Amino acid sequence: MAVATPQPAGLLSGNSRRRARERVVHIIVAAAALTSILVSIGIVGSLLYRAVEFVAGLADPGAVDLAEARNGIGFSNLWSDKWAPRFFDFDVKTLLVGSLVVTVVAMAVAAPIGLGSAIYLSEYASDRVRKVVKPILEILAGIPSVVLGFFALRWIAPNVVGNVFDGADGQSLLAAGLGVGLLTIPLMASISEDAMRSVPRALRMASAGLGARKRTTTVSVVLPAAVSGLVAAGIVATSRAIGETMVVFLAAGASGNTALFTVNPLERGSTMTAAMASQASGTDGTISELGFGSLFFVGFVLFVITLTLNLIADRFVRRVREVY
Amino acid sequence: MAIAQPLLDKKTSERVKSQLETGGFNLAEGAFKWALIGTLVFALLVLTVLVYDVVVDGFPVFSDRLDTFMANPSRTRADETGIFQGLRGTFWIGVFVILLTFPIGIAAAIYLEEYATDNWLTRTININIRNLAGVPSVVYGILGLTIFVGILKGVYGDVALSRGNTTTAGGLTLAALALPVVIITSAEAIRAVPSSLREAAYGVGATKWEVIKSHILPYAAPGILTGTLLSLARALGEAAPLILVGAVQGKLGPRTGFFELQQLGEKFTAMPIVITDMAKQPGSEWQPVTAAAIVVLLLVVLTFNAAAVILRNRFERKRQG
Repeated sequence: MAVATPQPAGLLSGNSRRRARERVVHIIVAAAALTSILVSIGIVGSLLYRAVEFVAGLADPGAVDLAEARNGIGFSNLWSDKWAPRFFDFDVKTLLVGSLVVTVVAMAVAAPIGLGSAIYLSEYASDRVRKVVKPILEILAGIPSVVLGFFALRWIAPNVVGNVFDGADGQSLLAAGLGVGLLTIPLMASISEDAMRSVPRALRMASAGLGARKRTTTVSVVLPAAVSGLVAAGIVATSRAIGETMVVFLAAGASGNTALFTVNPLERGSTMTAAMASQASGTDGTISELGFGSLFFVGFVLFVITLTLNLIADRFVRRVREVY
Repeated sequence: MAIAQPLLDKKTSERVKSQLETGGFNLAEGAFKWALIGTLVFALLVLTVLVYDVVVDGFPVFSDRLDTFMANPSRTRADETGIFQGLRGTFWIGVFVILLTFPIGIAAAIYLEEYATDNWLTRTININIRNLAGVPSVVYGILGLTIFVGILKGVYGDVALSRGNTTTAGGLTLAALALPVVIITSAEAIRAVPSSLREAAYGVGATKWEVIKSHILPYAAPGILTGTLLSLARALGEAAPLILVGAVQGKLGPRTGFFELQQLGEKFTAMPIVITDMAKQPGSEWQPVTAAAIVVLLLVVLTFNAAAVILRNRFERKRQG
């Protein structure tokens, strides 16, 4: 064969139309990737801007109609005994504690049941069972939260909370928490199962080879090896529970965006998310600008809390990857 | 090694030893297994019974007045109300997600997997996307309320008395909410494409875009489709962000046709909002209507969800086998 004749460099770089198209595509996909940054900037920017506006409004109420404010306007309004933006009661701890109560109840349901399901699916179930059950669980994970909200309001509240604890209609933080818990089970189960499945088979073999029973292997070998993944699952589920809105909005029983401070799950209450939703849903038509601004302040607090939790979960997930 | 540590502790080795010595059936062993089965059965049972219950509750509405239920707008009487406006809003939100989120999300995934070099910008985008996926949905509502509604107030200001709380604002908000899920799952699907495929295409002189278009995207298509379907299902089921954007709870004014573009600049509602509104009504006559509306929403959302899950499992099995 003849030796290839040397080509000028221009020919090797292809035709110019192809190169132009490459450049256009590159710019388009890079712009798409930057969109996600824009979304983040939009979220953080709008939260910060309006939250700061709210705090500034507290410091300098200006033209606010002071007749509605019981004790005037100032930072002391952030710490009273109830959340009632209409009357300038912005007691942050009411909502924080409300969120905490709902989340604790939710995790008390979701953590053991989700984890138990995950252990069974990962360690005990036959391939046939897993192939049927896992997809069902994943499909159930897609049930919209408003559906669980309806369930919590119409079934859990009267039948579980109302009957057992002798309440009137059962609308309470407990009912909301139970609903959120049910909603979170599939998520908890799914992530935990993934974490346990990623534990190398050799570890189970070694344990079985030493004569350990299945339970011993599971509890003393698999669970400790998967612990960072399981912790991550717990944190992600917690973060989801804190951020869950509709179940609490429907079933926690706070009316007109007013909630008294309470640590009792059997009482009506509100959470950060539900307070935002009821503020925005305009049940409170005569609200002042300052009162409406509280929505953004609460949103900012919620954002910081969930972001922190997600970053911690991310750390744990990466630790799993590093080990194997 | 850290992993083997648990086997070395004294308690465990004693337990293993006692098991070796006793042998046979072990009560604690059986109890543990059945407790696990109990948790799984509980999880499946509660959620499936919930779905079943809603179907049974809503059935009379479908058998008595399917036509008026589907075609009527929101009314103040439970036996007259319908979900027309909710369905319409949910349809248009779906259009926004499909037309905006899918192309942008897939393009972003292509950039991250095929173009981006490992520098601070890429790392920032990656971290950013993971965090966005964990932001509560109600916070996306704030984005919609402040930015989309704010901007659209100017655009549509004179056309309707919508004050910016339009179908467009709702659609854009949920399109933003669905974006991180599409990017993450598409990027995973693209990452799973064997590099031999890429190299073979480059080897015969294809350009980067040609490789992506004719090799990577077709191979990753099932994975990408799974992610897009999951994100669509999630977006259509969301209520909280729409409440913040100002979706109408209760009666909604002018009756624009299902496919008329004019409504993009008008006030809107959507299925999850209609359900929220119905659920909040006092009186037991609202229960069947609410259940019926939930069945319609579940039908849409769970169909997309199920399609995604089945699709993924089928292709995983194929590629492994």
